[in-house]
Amino acid sequence: MLVYIARRIVYVIPIVISVALVCFLLVHITPGDPLVAVLPADASQELAQQLRVAYGFDRPLPVQFALWLWRAVHGDLGNSIATGRPVLSEVTRAVGNTVTLALAAASIGFTLGLLLGLIAGYFRDTWVDKVASSIAIAGVSLPHYWLGMVLVIIFSVQLSWLPAVGAGPGGSGQWAWDWEHIRYLILPAITTAAIPMGIVTRTVRALTGDILSQDFVEALRAKGLRETGVFRHVIKNAAPTALAVMGLQLGYMLGGSILIETVFSWPGSGFLLNSAIFQRDLPLLQGTILVLALFFVFLNLVVDIAQASIDPRIKRG
Amino acid sequence: MSQTDATTDMLEPIEDRGGAAQPLLQVNSLTKHFPVRGGLFAKSKTVRAVDDVSFTIAKSETVGIVGESGCGKSTTARLLMHLMKRDAGDIIYDGIQVGRALSLRELRRGMQMVFQDSYASLNPRLTVEESIAFGPKVHGMADAAARSLARELLGKVGLRPETFANRYPHEISGGQRQRVNIARALALSPRLVILDEAVSALDKSVEAQVLNLLVDLKREFGLTYLFISHDLNVVRYISDRVLVMYLGEVVELGPVDQVWDAPAHPYTRALLAAMPSSDPDHRTETPPISGDPPNPIDPPPGCRFHTRCPFAEPLCAQATPKLTDLGRMGHQAACYMAIPGSGHSLAPPKGGQSI
Amino acid sequence: MMSIPAMTDMALQAAPATKARGYWATVGRRIRRDKVSMVCAFILALIFLSALLAPWLHLADPYQGSMIRRLRHIGTPNYPLGTDELGRDMLARLIYGGRLSLVIGILPVILSFVIGTTLGLIAGYVGGRINTAIMRTVDVFYAFPSVLLAIAISGALGAGIVNSIVSLTIVFVPQIARVAESVTTGVRNMDFVEAARASGAGAFTIMRVHMLGNVLGPIFVYATGLISVSMILAAGLSFLGLGTKPPEPEWGLMLNTLRTAIYVNPWVAALPGAMIFAVSICFNLLSDGMRSAMDIRS
Repeated sequence: MLVYIARRIVYVIPIVISVALVCFLLVHITPGDPLVAVLPADASQELAQQLRVAYGFDRPLPVQFALWLWRAVHGDLGNSIATGRPVLSEVTRAVGNTVTLALAAASIGFTLGLLLGLIAGYFRDTWVDKVASSIAIAGVSLPHYWLGMVLVIIFSVQLSWLPAVGAGPGGSGQWAWDWEHIRYLILPAITTAAIPMGIVTRTVRALTGDILSQDFVEALRAKGLRETGVFRHVIKNAAPTALAVMGLQLGYMLGGSILIETVFSWPGSGFLLNSAIFQRDLPLLQGTILVLALFFVFLNLVVDIAQASIDPRIKRG
Repeated sequence: MSQTDATTDMLEPIEDRGGAAQPLLQVNSLTKHFPVRGGLFAKSKTVRAVDDVSFTIAKSETVGIVGESGCGKSTTARLLMHLMKRDAGDIIYDGIQVGRALSLRELRRGMQMVFQDSYASLNPRLTVEESIAFGPKVHGMADAAARSLARELLGKVGLRPETFANRYPHEISGGQRQRVNIARALALSPRLVILDEAVSALDKSVEAQVLNLLVDLKREFGLTYLFISHDLNVVRYISDRVLVMYLGEVVELGPVDQVWDAPAHPYTRALLAAMPSSDPDHRTETPPISGDPPNPIDPPPGCRFHTRCPFAEPLCAQATPKLTDLGRMGHQAACYMAIPGSGHSLAPPKGGQSI
Repeated sequence: MMSIPAMTDMALQAAPATKARGYWATVGRRIRRDKVSMVCAFILALIFLSALLAPWLHLADPYQGSMIRRLRHIGTPNYPLGTDELGRDMLARLIYGGRLSLVIGILPVILSFVIGTTLGLIAGYVGGRINTAIMRTVDVFYAFPSVLLAIAISGALGAGIVNSIVSLTIVFVPQIARVAESVTTGVRNMDFVEAARASGAGAFTIMRVHMLGNVLGPIFVYATGLISVSMILAAGLSFLGLGTKPPEPEWGLMLNTLRTAIYVNPWVAALPGAMIFAVSICFNLLSDGMRSAMDIRS
């Protein structure tokens, strides 16, 4: 087992470096001068050249990459051009808010998905199944940013029950676990949960259906095991895959939260990414993408190892 | 090189260059090892799937290969067909090595194979006729001629062409699929046909029909067979000579009646003794071999069977016995017990008679 | 002398010769019987056709707006679906918008299908080091969540229709290549491919005759499942301002510009999203229907 973990970690290292390389290069394929955001329009050539040297843009690309990577490993991702603050602290603060949102959404999505999936699997091909499956397919097909808008229309505009934007009263960035703040979390969390809920439902439905149709279930029932016992067997067999799927979805939520955070002006990493793009704040952009991508890679690794430890058949070479 | 014969539509078989005395296939010291990944910090091991295997197949004979699963029979078949690269050894077809005098493409015309899994052997997207016609078309036959050849071959294997030519593999039974596979193998007019567990997956009654079909086809087309199976009765029925393989090596070979009636190697004896008997007076009692077959990864030194052999002696663990002629009609065995003067307590004296 | 075949064989042989039942014909028949798939196909056909024939449908000018007519409600005479924030007719905007939205949504999937299948087929058939080289490169891109990658590439390249298509194609190629490689490897190991090699056929012939037909099916089903994701992402890019630029009508962009209007005319503001949802769910249901129709065992 430890060998397996060691092997997976070793596998991940070239991926991490390649991911870093892609993040680095992304910014350099941008058409236009990377300094355009920093320079005032009428800057002189010498000023431009000075800044270029100061930012290191005059060195050859591999050297820039090596320097950037070296600094990044030490936690220095540069400073945001827009705010002047260190990128790493901006990103970690924002990521915290996104994690809150993602965890809330994951709980909702997983619970609902598991429930619906089990119901659909147990009552396969009946009307109950059709209803549950329809909900699942709807969830998966939804443009989540549109769902957000629709929920805002219903609950904020028409009914005025919940706030439409922000993460807290007065637009503060500080999170607290009180009702004042949680009411801002509800709509974004439900919106974010929709697609994962659909995916988990479909997965669990397929798994449950498969398990229930297998011979060993017949054997268990013939031995006199009550339904609750059979149910526990189903859960035991379905849980690892369902958890793995949810883990992956969590990764997508962390990395892909930008659309929903834009709709709700939720001050998370996605929102930060948005402003970095439009302000052409390159250090912030690079840093945010790097952190988010690495989060995703790390999460995949954890899910892989967790799956292998629960289900020994999964240990792949 | 290949022409369509006007009267029978078939491709010409590749010419007989060696004459009747030349073995159709000669295999010398065939070896194939597979590396096995031992993990991040372990050194890699090897599976010695086929080790120093040598035998010949004479024209118009049927040679059988028997052994348990994992003994290397199927790997040998694939090596002979050049579907896998061998690590060492020679494969000589009709006296010529594959190379300039005999290209791989030509060899494919001379040797064909029928696989075990009748369903996986046929492309589910092609009709039976298209599957059979594929080979001849690759070798230059026109589409219409290839299709009519396919239909004729269907007739020869006992399937009415009008009914079967346009069927798909999932629409016919297992026995019918194997007949199709046989027809496909014959489409290139080979002289040697390798049958790798070709009847093993069939119901007993169907198996009997297909075996009889094979016997008839051999006579009609002048074929030579290499018949691989784990079923001893089937091998006895169809073979002239037989090879017994164990963990990648040939442990005994000879005329099938000889080997059956007077097996020299303890493994062969155990195999034969383990056959379930339908004679109530001679029931099969306790199994003669104990334990599971050892791992083909890094086999034990010396004779590979010595860990399970009731007659093993210290000499058996030191060096692998070589396949040695026992002096009766080409019967050979790789066992110190049977080799005269080997040093084994039960071996016959040098120059003396066999047991 | 032929031996007498068994009873079962004989019975099957005596059956009248049946017409060749092709695989795709069977699949087609099963889909036609699936009501849900047919309804979805019908809706999609409607949307596609209206987008295609838009200039001939006697619609209002999608670019012509007037500030006094802005944000009219659904059901206003002359403006059956209302007007947008610049007074332009919504019905016209939605139908014309379909043209861009469908192209930006579907074209990347088509492109990545071609590129990804080729890569996966080669990697799967050839194996060895080439396989490792191709698949490891693919894995690097797979390490990014799709949304993030799409936005990062679009953000780097800048806004625009072509850039969106490029960005989404890059996102989907790794996914399709993975599926293609996995399916190809599975087929490659089957005995009928070995038999084809044994008959002396060359690699290209084998790929064309034996592998392509068996491999394309599952990849195709996977790709159709990607279309809904692609449409949502493409519209999402426009929603963020990274895709289509105003004043072009396109559903994602329309959602963006109508956002502020949700307080005044919420239902008009929600319309473009409803279109994306409709197309997306129809493709998903159709893809599911195709998958069950292609399952030879059921």
